[in-house]
Amino acid sequence: MSFQIPIGPQHPALKEPISLRMTVDGEVITDADIRLGYNHRGLEKLAEEKTWVQNIYLTERICGICSHSHATCYVQAVEKLMEIMPPRRGLYIRYLVSELERVHSHLLWLGVAGHEAGFDSFFMYTWRDREIVMDLLEMISGNRVHYAMNTIGGVRRDIDEGQKAKILEGVVTLRKRSEYYFGIGANEPSFVARIAGVGMLTKQQAIDLCAVGPVARASGVARDVRKEDPYAVYDELDFNVCTSDSCDVLGRVVVRVMELLQSYNMIEQMVKGLPDGDIVVKAPRKAKPGEALSRYEAPRGENVHYIKSNGTDKPERLKVRAPTLGNYPATMVMLKKGFIADIPLIFAAIDPCICCAERAVTLISARSGEESVVTMSDLRRQALDRSKNTPVKGKSVWPF
Amino acid sequence: MLNKLARWSRIKSPWILHLNSGACNACDIEIVAALTPRFDVERFGILLKATPRHADVIIATGPVTRQIKDRIIRIYEQTPDPKFVIAVGACAMAGCVYRGAYNIMGGLDQVIPVDMYVPGCPARPDAIIDGVVKLLGKL
Repeated sequence: MSFQIPIGPQHPALKEPISLRMTVDGEVITDADIRLGYNHRGLEKLAEEKTWVQNIYLTERICGICSHSHATCYVQAVEKLMEIMPPRRGLYIRYLVSELERVHSHLLWLGVAGHEAGFDSFFMYTWRDREIVMDLLEMISGNRVHYAMNTIGGVRRDIDEGQKAKILEGVVTLRKRSEYYFGIGANEPSFVARIAGVGMLTKQQAIDLCAVGPVARASGVARDVRKEDPYAVYDELDFNVCTSDSCDVLGRVVVRVMELLQSYNMIEQMVKGLPDGDIVVKAPRKAKPGEALSRYEAPRGENVHYIKSNGTDKPERLKVRAPTLGNYPATMVMLKKGFIADIPLIFAAIDPCICCAERAVTLISARSGEESVVTMSDLRRQALDRSKNTPVKGKSVWPF
Repeated sequence: MLNKLARWSRIKSPWILHLNSGACNACDIEIVAALTPRFDVERFGILLKATPRHADVIIATGPVTRQIKDRIIRIYEQTPDPKFVIAVGACAMAGCVYRGAYNIMGGLDQVIPVDMYVPGCPARPDAIIDGVVKLLGKL
């Protein structure tokens, strides 16, 4: 006897609107299905109506946790199109904020993972420490969440000696605390017992299903854009790609804590080696016709922005592939054969960011299995075309 | 007398429901940040509740997307009276940067009645706490 359990869109375990349909046999999940679209805002279409500079503001609001990631990824692509190179100091400040953002995102996630595993004091500890990095970000940019640091051709705010000293001071405290968390994550018996062996994803599955970010790295796939395809300053920095072979939620915790420590190293290197000079170059108002693709390692994995320009001051097309979207197929595999009580933990372990992932509608034809991605306006046109030719029936009954 | 007692108890410990209607996560993490040690609203008895049936105050974030509209109305109806709605952030107020997108209905007040607006993109935790306190002062 199998049942279907609907979870969401408003559910205590999920902070964002998404609907999961679980087919269960007793306690064991036999099939999982995701219903999307509750958070679809039509952002890519909106970007086509705004100028290059206005779109920085818009792309930053794709997501509130990885706001700097999306804005940076977009700006990288636009700079490629406009063929301008930001000054070294501007780049260092831009990626310094990136790493600080990674620290805040991973600390946030560690707290959520602790909360889902029933370890609420861990949640409170990490969120207390997250305020340290939030203060640093506020000091640099003036904002806690949407930093608005990026502009085309560099960054908008410089940092001075006093701020440098404060960043280094903050990093020392954070490193001490993170090492303590590493001890907890690896040694606390009840916490480890709760998360070890949950949500298994083998190395081969991670490769087959194109998992990205910490999910892939926790399955032993050393995939990191910062190392594989170093952009901007990353080829000058000394860091390691952190992996784990345990393939479960425990591995994902360990990978993220190790990445925190790597990020602290990178922040120190960037602050100490900050070059002198300008922070921004003047960018043209229009971009040449052409297309550009930019890759960026966001806290959740690889983020891809594709931009097509037609020579005006607005993009013709902006396509965003957020890391969470790449991790959905892997999540479905992780959920299967698991228990109902593990759903929040497994789902939280990919660090889902629904608002990042929801911009396109995918149609899957049941007859041919063919997939096509359409925009809402195309969908509406198709529906209108179809209804034009169908005769109006007097007493139609809704089939369900 | 009974009314007075009920009002007093309501002011003392409001339970809140966090409702995300298509937000970008920024206001949401600021709401959670308000619950954690730096701001710590739990010391005032303000608790985050999981289900609308336990909640007194709905704290909503984000512009309303077309797909979630019916769910929001349903959640609002599930919340027992008396209930209050706080719209947090510029999106919940009027749609902010998403205004004009094809899938956005606009602000939260297009769908359910709103008692209090907290501006900001995103609203800071202190601003959110201030909003809740001002709402309680109105009672």
